[in-house]
Amino acid sequence: MKKYSDTGSKDTRSGFGAGLEELGNTNDQVVALCADLTGSLKMNAFAEQHPDRFFQVGIAEANMMGIAAGLTIGGKIPFTGTFANFSTGRVYDQIRQSIAYSFKNVKICASHAGLTLGEDGATHQILEDLGLMKMLPHMVVINPCDFNQTKAATIAIADYNGPVYLRFGRPKVANFTDANATFKIGKGEILSEGSDVTIVATGHLVWEALQAAEKLDSLGIHAEVINMATVKPLDEKIILDSIQKTGCVVTAEEHNRFGGMGESVAQTIVTNNPVPQEFVAVDDSFGESGTPAQLMDKYELNADAIILATQKVIKRKI
Amino acid sequence: MPQDNLQAVVSQVRRDIVRMVHAVNSGHPGGSLGCVEYLVSLYFKHMNHQPKDFQMNGIDEDVFFLSNGHISPVIYSVLARVGYFKVSELATFRKLNSRLQGHPTTHEGLEGIRIASGSLGQGLSVAIGAATSKKLNKDNSIVYTLHGDGELQEGQIWEAVMYASAKKVDNLIAAVDVNEKQIDGSTDDVLAMGSIGAKFKAFDWEVIHVKDGNNLEAIDRAITDAKSKLGKGKPVCILLHTEMGNGVDFMMGTHKWHGVAPNDEQLLTALAQNEETLGDF
Repeated sequence: MKKYSDTGSKDTRSGFGAGLEELGNTNDQVVALCADLTGSLKMNAFAEQHPDRFFQVGIAEANMMGIAAGLTIGGKIPFTGTFANFSTGRVYDQIRQSIAYSFKNVKICASHAGLTLGEDGATHQILEDLGLMKMLPHMVVINPCDFNQTKAATIAIADYNGPVYLRFGRPKVANFTDANATFKIGKGEILSEGSDVTIVATGHLVWEALQAAEKLDSLGIHAEVINMATVKPLDEKIILDSIQKTGCVVTAEEHNRFGGMGESVAQTIVTNNPVPQEFVAVDDSFGESGTPAQLMDKYELNADAIILATQKVIKRKI
Repeated sequence: MPQDNLQAVVSQVRRDIVRMVHAVNSGHPGGSLGCVEYLVSLYFKHMNHQPKDFQMNGIDEDVFFLSNGHISPVIYSVLARVGYFKVSELATFRKLNSRLQGHPTTHEGLEGIRIASGSLGQGLSVAIGAATSKKLNKDNSIVYTLHGDGELQEGQIWEAVMYASAKKVDNLIAAVDVNEKQIDGSTDDVLAMGSIGAKFKAFDWEVIHVKDGNNLEAIDRAITDAKSKLGKGKPVCILLHTEMGNGVDFMMGTHKWHGVAPNDEQLLTALAQNEETLGDF
């Protein structure tokens, strides 16, 4: 199988910061807003280089979403920055009415998503955001897997006209995708080919899926690993083509199993080509305090969990 | 447009409002009727805008945001009468497949509407964004909004009020329809807000009171005054003391007509009190 190596662990939020900094120098319509988390979102470079296009709104996320919607009227491309919890649930109605229903060109950029925010605990660890955002008509939902891909996705969404939810995280994780790759919205990518099982992973779980695939390979199980960075619109073709070959699927995400990417995959296969599926996701629970590694272990969101799910789903094949 | 011509538009807009809500037996006539003079004065006299060439971005023209979207009948009538779309389209209000949704939306491409509203409290933030966009574009035109007084109970309004003065959004004129009524009763009974003017002043806004918010001359003076205060580092607020249901005697002075349509007999009474000046839709 194709092997990937970590070129040096980095946080995906820094990928966002780097992408935003590049956009600041290449697209003068791009503006950025932050609700008192400029450092946490890695927006400092943009803020320092373009003070006229950076808006510190204070701890007032609802107002930030409305201002972002208004900035599009006049041609600006606003990028909002706060934690995933405060980017979605806290401001759902503002996003729904002023951004999604009004089809405004706002990029909602959300850091510290999922359990890997760590010690702050469940109040800040949103595991429902993908579901909240994917249910909104017109909303594009993207959850890139590493620094390079987050940077590329940040740059790519500026060229797309419409509302986007871009989700990334706090911890340093393996950086393994091509630094020169262009991000294509709505396209999954086969990272490793295989014929026994399809593993569809998004965000931080993509690296775990690759680790799982290596171990499975040594056990004689050949997994096809798909990086599903865009959760909506879902790349149905890449899934259906793969399961035609493998006959089963494991989905892996740092999210509640309700409302997540796995649920979208299930809807795709059940309406086209039903095959067994197992879900590596949080089982309808809030998170808690702990280190990211401890939490991913306790909530079974790692390579070992993907291996177990794979062995289970292969047994279910007819 | 001269004052007597504006009064003729006001009369026709009132007819449009009651006829629209009567036709579908739904909608919000009370607040709509109370804001007729303000919107007619804005759209027919004060705003520099392009009804025949609607552009979402509104570059180099004044733009208006209706934050209390439930008074959609009045904005639809005013937009149609000033030329954004055909007056005949008013007959589709709240009907299936209409661009004139119960609450305004951009979804159907209705000319003159730049944001959806209905869920209250969001329009001031949007207007601040549009005003900021104008500043970035070196566009000196004005952003206007209208809010209900009951709407000020939404927390997001105060986030926006705080931001607008802190960041010197001084190309913005926000009007509040102070009719002192909301669905469940008087604002004092539901959630007393004390002095709204003192609150805006405490947030460092310029505040202009219009004692008779249904008087065209008083409104004209207030908007002229508001414009003269722009560009000096402060956002401007106009508190319009209006009468809910104004122009239809049995709808005045009560919150009962917030969201209730007149029956056939009541419609005739209402129409008899407002002359047909520009031709009914």
